[in-house]
Amino acid sequence: MSVKTITKDNFAKFVEVLIGQGNVIGVQAKGDRFDYAALKSAEDLRLDYDVTLQPPKKYFLPPAEVLMRCTAGGPYKSEYADQPFILLGVHPYDMIGINQMDELFKQDNCDAHYMTRRNSATIIACDVVKASANVFASSMGTAVVRQGYDVLLTDIGNDYVAEAATEKGQTMLANAKTTEADEAALKSREAVWARNKKTLNRHELKCTPSYLPKLLNRAYDHPVWEERARTCFSCGSCNLVCPTCYCFNMQDDVSWDLKAGTRGREWDGCLLDGFTEVAGGHEFRKHRFNRFRHRLYRKAKYVPEKIGGQIACVGCGRCVSACLPDIANPVSVYNRLLDDLGIG
Amino acid sequence: MGQQCAEMKDVYLPQSATITEAEAMNVTERYLRLSMDDGPFDYIPGQFVEVSVGGIGEAPITISSSPTQSDGFELVVRKIGNVTNAIHNLNRGDKLGIRGPFGRGTYPVEEARGRNLVFVCGGIGLVPQRSFINYVLDNRDQFGEVAILQGTKSYNLRLFTSEVEAWGKRGDVQMLETIDEPDKSWKGNVGVVTTLISKVKMDLKSAMLLVCGPPVMYKFVLMELEKRRVPHENIFLNLERKMKCGVGKCGHCQVNNTYVCMDGPVFQYSELATMPEAI
Repeated sequence: MSVKTITKDNFAKFVEVLIGQGNVIGVQAKGDRFDYAALKSAEDLRLDYDVTLQPPKKYFLPPAEVLMRCTAGGPYKSEYADQPFILLGVHPYDMIGINQMDELFKQDNCDAHYMTRRNSATIIACDVVKASANVFASSMGTAVVRQGYDVLLTDIGNDYVAEAATEKGQTMLANAKTTEADEAALKSREAVWARNKKTLNRHELKCTPSYLPKLLNRAYDHPVWEERARTCFSCGSCNLVCPTCYCFNMQDDVSWDLKAGTRGREWDGCLLDGFTEVAGGHEFRKHRFNRFRHRLYRKAKYVPEKIGGQIACVGCGRCVSACLPDIANPVSVYNRLLDDLGIG
Repeated sequence: MGQQCAEMKDVYLPQSATITEAEAMNVTERYLRLSMDDGPFDYIPGQFVEVSVGGIGEAPITISSSPTQSDGFELVVRKIGNVTNAIHNLNRGDKLGIRGPFGRGTYPVEEARGRNLVFVCGGIGLVPQRSFINYVLDNRDQFGEVAILQGTKSYNLRLFTSEVEAWGKRGDVQMLETIDEPDKSWKGNVGVVTTLISKVKMDLKSAMLLVCGPPVMYKFVLMELEKRRVPHENIFLNLERKMKCGVGKCGHCQVNNTYVCMDGPVFQYSELATMPEAI
């Protein structure tokens, strides 16, 4: 598929057209920070953002959603959210987070609820313009993405380079006033990619990400887990802001007249006390360090084993910013292990 | 993006089943026999189902009956939370939602043929074990020696008492029972289930040992078996966890890198070497 350039003015007009056609969710300022929200005007769109407060996973796995409805005591009927929407401004590391979730929800027992939302989305990704305070995507190999989106935008100054990767993206882009990208534009895009591969690196991992599973094979009983977890609040903020955390709880609600009910799911977090509690009160990861270790093992060992070795930390740095006692930074934990255990 | 389920099927949607028998077993346990309203229901001993009560919720329960016995399947439900309390209020003719059966890690039905078997059950641990026990007893000539060890906290909490008595009378099963805190009427063994291990008349090292009970029981049973140098690959443990989704997504039953709902609930002890959180 061809690569186009589009002036920023024409892009704004294009966004207005999209807003007129349907549901567009885009990155906007929220105080002095940024987040995804329903876009009412192209003026509100901020593709120069550094990082959003929340990753875009909530549009595919909402904090709370209804999966099915029932009459009290009666059978359940599935309910799907299939309203089309456009997600505008997804950074590469978050796109990779979505790609990983796609694989996890698809494999073994395909989750039709997740997939329905996913198929209802058209994703316009964009390369990072400004590095956030805690991003380490360069270390994780997630500073640039080449799949999963429908259109990828790269800011090259006065213009965007826009590349459609799917039929859906190409059809949508046909509504915009674009020109064929010339050699110079493509070179500028390469330069942005080369820059981001180096500079989105506020915390530098001292090994390649692919080495992390091997490192963790030797680190299970290392003191770092207890040392860090000593000040952990078990608040689950790291789970909440993580683009690759997808654990959930399932529960029913019954209507006030006790005649109908819903079964829904909502986000849960492996750092929360009680996550592994079973009937009768036994809790399998009772201690904070068990839960702290579990999260970092999931990111760099357990989930990678399920998705062909990709590390399930995409280097967005949100957990680093969100953690009050400042213990969540995965790079500092992995680097500490590397310092102590070496590359074996 | 061409992300699509091969088949648009809701893996979370329960299917309707009818309760064909319901009976209180003691103050906390209720026995249910169920029949699926649509289609057959095939399972392997050790598998579990997710049981739904509309508007209340869902709970994972391991099947207690053997697939060798008449159609339908049996569950025993301990009254311990919202869902199980609601199940205790149901009677014959009432409906329940069922998902499953789940779990690739079932009892080692094929590998067990021709082997000597020892079932070590603690309390309600008898319920899942009963599925494989009855499978073995219904195909008695295909298996070697069989011993069943049952430990119960108090006399009133004993389960399947007439069935246990019948197993004891068969002559081809070593049925050993003990009660931890008995009343005066109990004339049998007193103590926890590990005290029965030395009473088994069988070479334990070559036998297959199937263990199910509360988490604390595993530590003590494994210590006993370790003393007797039973190889780890001969020991099978039923690891019950909070299997919320049953399909390997929600994360609640994860033990290190393993989802109990997918790869369990029955594990070979030798497999647990890479799962330090298991016991």
